[in-house]
Amino acid sequence: MSLGFLLKRLSSLVVTALIVSVIVFGITQLLPANAATMILGEYATEDALATLNARLGLDQPAWVQYWHWFSGVLHGDFGISLRTGQAVGPTILSAFGNSAILALFALLLVSLVSIPLGVLAAAKRGRPADMGVSLLSYLGVSLPEFVLATLLLAWLASPAIGLFPASGYVPFSEDWLRALHHIALPVLTLTIVLTAHVSRMVRSEMVDTLESDFVRAARLRGLSRKRVLYRHALPNSLLPAITVIALDIGYLIGGVIVVEEVFSFPGVGRQLILAIQNRDLPMLQAGALLMAVTYAVANLLADLAYGVLDKRIQFE
Amino acid sequence: MNGFRRTLSALVRTPQGAIGLLLCLLLLALTLFGPELAPRDPEKFHFTARFAAPSAEFPLGTDWYGRDLLSRVLAGSRSTILLALLATFIGTVAGAAIGIVSGFLGGRADEIMMRLNDALMAIPSLLFALLILSVLGSSSINAVVAIGIAFTPGMARIARSVTLQAREFDYVSAAKARGEGTAWIILAELLPNVISPVIVEATIRVAFAVMTLATLSFLGLGAQPPSPEWGLMIAEGRDHMFRSPWPILVPGVAIALVAISFNLLGDGLRDALNPQASS
Repeated sequence: MSLGFLLKRLSSLVVTALIVSVIVFGITQLLPANAATMILGEYATEDALATLNARLGLDQPAWVQYWHWFSGVLHGDFGISLRTGQAVGPTILSAFGNSAILALFALLLVSLVSIPLGVLAAAKRGRPADMGVSLLSYLGVSLPEFVLATLLLAWLASPAIGLFPASGYVPFSEDWLRALHHIALPVLTLTIVLTAHVSRMVRSEMVDTLESDFVRAARLRGLSRKRVLYRHALPNSLLPAITVIALDIGYLIGGVIVVEEVFSFPGVGRQLILAIQNRDLPMLQAGALLMAVTYAVANLLADLAYGVLDKRIQFE
Repeated sequence: MNGFRRTLSALVRTPQGAIGLLLCLLLLALTLFGPELAPRDPEKFHFTARFAAPSAEFPLGTDWYGRDLLSRVLAGSRSTILLALLATFIGTVAGAAIGIVSGFLGGRADEIMMRLNDALMAIPSLLFALLILSVLGSSSINAVVAIGIAFTPGMARIARSVTLQAREFDYVSAAKARGEGTAWIILAELLPNVISPVIVEATIRVAFAVMTLATLSFLGLGAQPPSPEWGLMIAEGRDHMFRSPWPILVPGVAIALVAISFNLLGDGLRDALNPQASS
């Protein structure tokens, strides 16, 4: 991988982040309610509104406001939450840390489960093991996260069974065992849905690889089935699997939003929904920007991993 | 029509396609006639039969007000399936139009449009839909519009890449040489060739639209009470989930069933229209 490629990808990440920030800011500018009205209520006097508008800089043209907001963001200042009156930055960053824990645990489990499942299905193509995996993944792909999460919650956290807590969060620094206990159900939900997506893709990649010429050549050389499967076909299917997992990070982010809402988990998704319900602009902008940038960075990392692992790829 | 019949026969020859088509037709009939088929008034309270398990009287049980769950799911099929179809339609038409025009124009215009398109695609679709809804406000129809807009960039990308291939064909050059207008070339020469991959993608998107629409209602940003929209039914059922699982299980299974049907149909269509992929 060349330095030029790295720079090119990094600069396109910056451009994406810039455009996304403009979109996020632009969308929130279209909101019907003005922040000053939100703070003072609908019975505020014209004078009070005008004073507050001037203090918040809301009487200035949109691009000046954007620049104020954006230069603040670059310094880690995301503004003041209209709902709580506290700084958005620390709130959203600690929420981001919590969400990242959910997402990383889910990604780890998905990689450990879905790749073997996909390989198994492809190797046993057309046989009961393949049918079983395909059927389960069809089911998983067709079950929205909120349905699965609610069903798991109603079942495993019910007073009768009580295996897991129904909601809330305990920091890992406080008590890691209880922390794991609290994230178990949200992570399980995310893992099941994502595994269904990824194992389907891994299966179809693996099937293609098993039919390719070099695998046939390896078989014709008299190598054992096992050796062909693990030493020839598998390494070639792992690369696309990385891309598939990276593409599914978009799903994962959507899933995190939903799952946090179901389990009352204090992450970015929950803050985002609260911000939308309360028209809390600064929080909405910060949450949306953070998620979009995370997605872009994840895609960049996947590209780089692909480049490092596959020696044949020569990026210009 | 010959092409349509050929596609149909190829479709029913794949197992997913046959099952998917059958299920989707059944669901469509259910959507059109479901509310009339409902055995009871979906809004009527039966206080003596609250949280009832399935029985002869209430085939799928009742909720916390004793409302018949079968009737509610049937009544809600319209606000879930039809609106999801509408959302997909909006996204497909808008995306295809942008993609075909961008691909046909090429050059600078294409580059600018696709740059913007890629930036929009860099926002996860649920997040994008949430942002649009925060502007429009919460309601069923706004959720439909939000999903339609969120689907547009992905559809535009697919339509553009197919258009780029179709543009190189001789009959397009011939039409240009004959001096046909841009609109004519796009509608008569390009559209028929671009349409089949777009339809496959749209079919798969329906499943996704059903799930997203239900998700938005579940989050309180789509359909509002007392609508029997399925996602909303689950959100309301959560308050009582430890007393009875039926109010969340019934709409949950309904959503999954619709999504599975359209996923099967979409996969079947892809195999039928692209014989190489089915081997």
